[in-house]
Amino acid sequence: MTRIFLALFFVAWAGSVPAVEPGEVMSNLLLEERARSISKSLRCLQCRNESIDESNSGIASDLRVLVRTRLADGDSDQEVVSFIVSRYGEYVLLRPNGKGINFILWLSGPFLFLVGIFCLYLVRSKAKNTSVPSPLTDQEEEKIKKISLS
Amino acid sequence: MLNELAHLGLTVALVVALLGTVIPLVAARLNYLYWMRLAPVLSVLQFLLVAFAFVILTLAFIRSDFSLSVVLLNSHTLKPTIYKIAGVWGNHEGSLLLWVLILTLFAACVAWFAKNLPPSLLARVLGVQSAISATFLSFLLLTSNPFSRVDFPPFNGQGLNPLLQDPGLAFHPPFLYLGYVGLSVTFSFAIAALLEGKVDASWARWVRPWTLSAWVFLTVGIGLGSWWAYYELGWGGFWFWDPVENASLMPWLISVALLHSAIVVEKRDALKAWTILLAILAFGFSLIGTFIVRSGVLTSVHAFANDPERGVFILLILVIFVGGSLLLFAFRAGSMESKGVFATVSRESALVVNNLLLVVSCFVVFVGTVWPLVAELISDRKLSVGPPFFNIAFTPLIIGLAIILPIGSTLPWKRATHRNLVKLWPLIIFCLASVGLLWTIQTGRSLLGPIGMGLGVWLILGVLVELYQRTGRGRSKFLRILRLPLSDWGKAVAHAGLGVTICGVAGLTAWQVEDIRIMKVGERFEITTFSLVLDSVEDDTGPNYFTTMATIKLLRNERLISTIYPERRYYPVADMQTTEAGIDSNFLRDVYVVVGEPQPEGGFAVRTFIKPLANWIWAGAIFMGLGGFFSLLDRRYRVAHSSQNKLKETAS
Repeated sequence: MTRIFLALFFVAWAGSVPAVEPGEVMSNLLLEERARSISKSLRCLQCRNESIDESNSGIASDLRVLVRTRLADGDSDQEVVSFIVSRYGEYVLLRPNGKGINFILWLSGPFLFLVGIFCLYLVRSKAKNTSVPSPLTDQEEEKIKKISLS
Repeated sequence: MLNELAHLGLTVALVVALLGTVIPLVAARLNYLYWMRLAPVLSVLQFLLVAFAFVILTLAFIRSDFSLSVVLLNSHTLKPTIYKIAGVWGNHEGSLLLWVLILTLFAACVAWFAKNLPPSLLARVLGVQSAISATFLSFLLLTSNPFSRVDFPPFNGQGLNPLLQDPGLAFHPPFLYLGYVGLSVTFSFAIAALLEGKVDASWARWVRPWTLSAWVFLTVGIGLGSWWAYYELGWGGFWFWDPVENASLMPWLISVALLHSAIVVEKRDALKAWTILLAILAFGFSLIGTFIVRSGVLTSVHAFANDPERGVFILLILVIFVGGSLLLFAFRAGSMESKGVFATVSRESALVVNNLLLVVSCFVVFVGTVWPLVAELISDRKLSVGPPFFNIAFTPLIIGLAIILPIGSTLPWKRATHRNLVKLWPLIIFCLASVGLLWTIQTGRSLLGPIGMGLGVWLILGVLVELYQRTGRGRSKFLRILRLPLSDWGKAVAHAGLGVTICGVAGLTAWQVEDIRIMKVGERFEITTFSLVLDSVEDDTGPNYFTTMATIKLLRNERLISTIYPERRYYPVADMQTTEAGIDSNFLRDVYVVVGEPQPEGGFAVRTFIKPLANWIWAGAIFMGLGGFFSLLDRRYRVAHSSQNKLKETAS
């Protein structure tokens, strides 16, 4: 814990430094790995369009330390994320959840793909009714081969 | 005085553009040949007028004429001349002028190169092109005049965003605009074809070079932007799924689809209406991109004009052009009957699947980009859509595309049998084996790396197999491969380029190694097989910035490989800090070092990344661009331009 408070102090002091700082890194490598992957999915509230992992703003740094504090206290990844969402709103989630109308966002791609396949099927079955020339017989293939070789 | 003349020139250009819209379109409708001949003249005139204004604005930047408010806000006497010039398009007004310049340049090129087009088609193409110029000129003059003066010009300007003072970014916008705006020619051809009511193989042949060149520029522009972000933004990412990046990716995806479907129109006389629709969508998406960048409705790292009034204007342009053309399409598309029929397994079908995947991937990017806006409008939820979403939604589509590519491109036209597929079996087995091998070598990491590498290898080897097949039988294989048409080489190089990029993305995302630590001068540490020694950290001054430059020695097996100089710059005029990463590149990996500020207890924060295959991402983009360029040089387009009459006989 002291490490983290030190880090907090250090962050407040240092101002602008690139993204994750040496002082923030946890000694437990497994926890650090989890912290990195969580902070890559959380949006910095102050910057244009960066995750807190990339941002060098003060609030991003605070959030990184917060994520690590919760992890060190034994929270699961899910608990850490929902804690931060409960504090700052779903705006911080870079990977939007599927709740409410967000299902449209998640399903629009697959839906259009299926629609496309269906349309292709319709067009094909319509084309089948018109005329598809019968495939070449083996003898004809041989003939073509002879011609193309000569 | 010159500035006023330039302003006047733009106004005259607007009038000419309006004339250039009305006269050719009406003349083509009434079949007045004499009046149709005016179209090329009016287009060239627009170009000359806009070029004059552009030159004057550039001069104002070079001479630091701070009586112009754009120069005042975006330039400074201390800036190196090249960035003074780049400053012309480093702001909303100037970049819009560049947009219009390129728009009229393309129209003038059409007038110049395509003299052998049927007169009514040429008149209609130039008429539509002039209509686009007219709207953008009025947008420029009404909302964002680059020549507006300030009452009391100060002695010095307010600088330019230091991030933009970089060779990678200085030339990124012009290339991107050449791409965006190049698609307007394709759009004009599509509208002209709808007005004519005729799409045939020769139409496809005329359009293809324009689409190809726009696509090549777009590819180079996106590549430059991504490369810049990689070395400048300080954490070595190459793509951020930022709204503005997405804005350039969407027209790129659609123009790839368009390039492929136009081949089907040209060679097989099928997919006509669909190709027209793609041409409309491609330009539509570049307008949407312009809207996203300039309206500020979506927060992004590089939106530079957050002016709602301008946003509304662009939205209006967007609605008129896309809405109008889609309406026209709805009325006329029925008249374009495709004659070419093809079997379910054939190259045409493979290209249809290619189109489907590309359009769906573009749609996914589009929905993801505008979703924050839509969600807020519908349900008042403030949310973000970031990289995790796009990675999940977009990647499978590209994987699908990469899987079908080598299969589709070796299939014969019209119909294929299982025999055509048998040849690829050894290749498939080889690629699956390499995926398996990579998977077992790396432990406990995601599957993305091996799969990506497998796909990349699949694409590259697929190209080689295809080239080998094209050589046919006999002894003179090598000679025959040299005599393949340039468009075949273009196809091969571009497809291999996609493979190279996919390898690069897979390598970089899956096997990157990162290290963050505090280093004092003289200290050393190990990362993978490398050792880094912080030799010295010195302060220095550049032309318009202060810099803190570190000298880091890169060692491997105690041998010095290279010396890396990461910098932190401070630009006093803009009061901004930037990081210049120190990168040692080679074929297989980048060593990427960023140095932070001095630490309270001494030493500096040093971030080091080993980025496997990083260069492959941009090498692949260069290959794709080169491929497009080779195709562009293919003999049949030159023939199409020089002896169109002969072609017309053979085509019909």
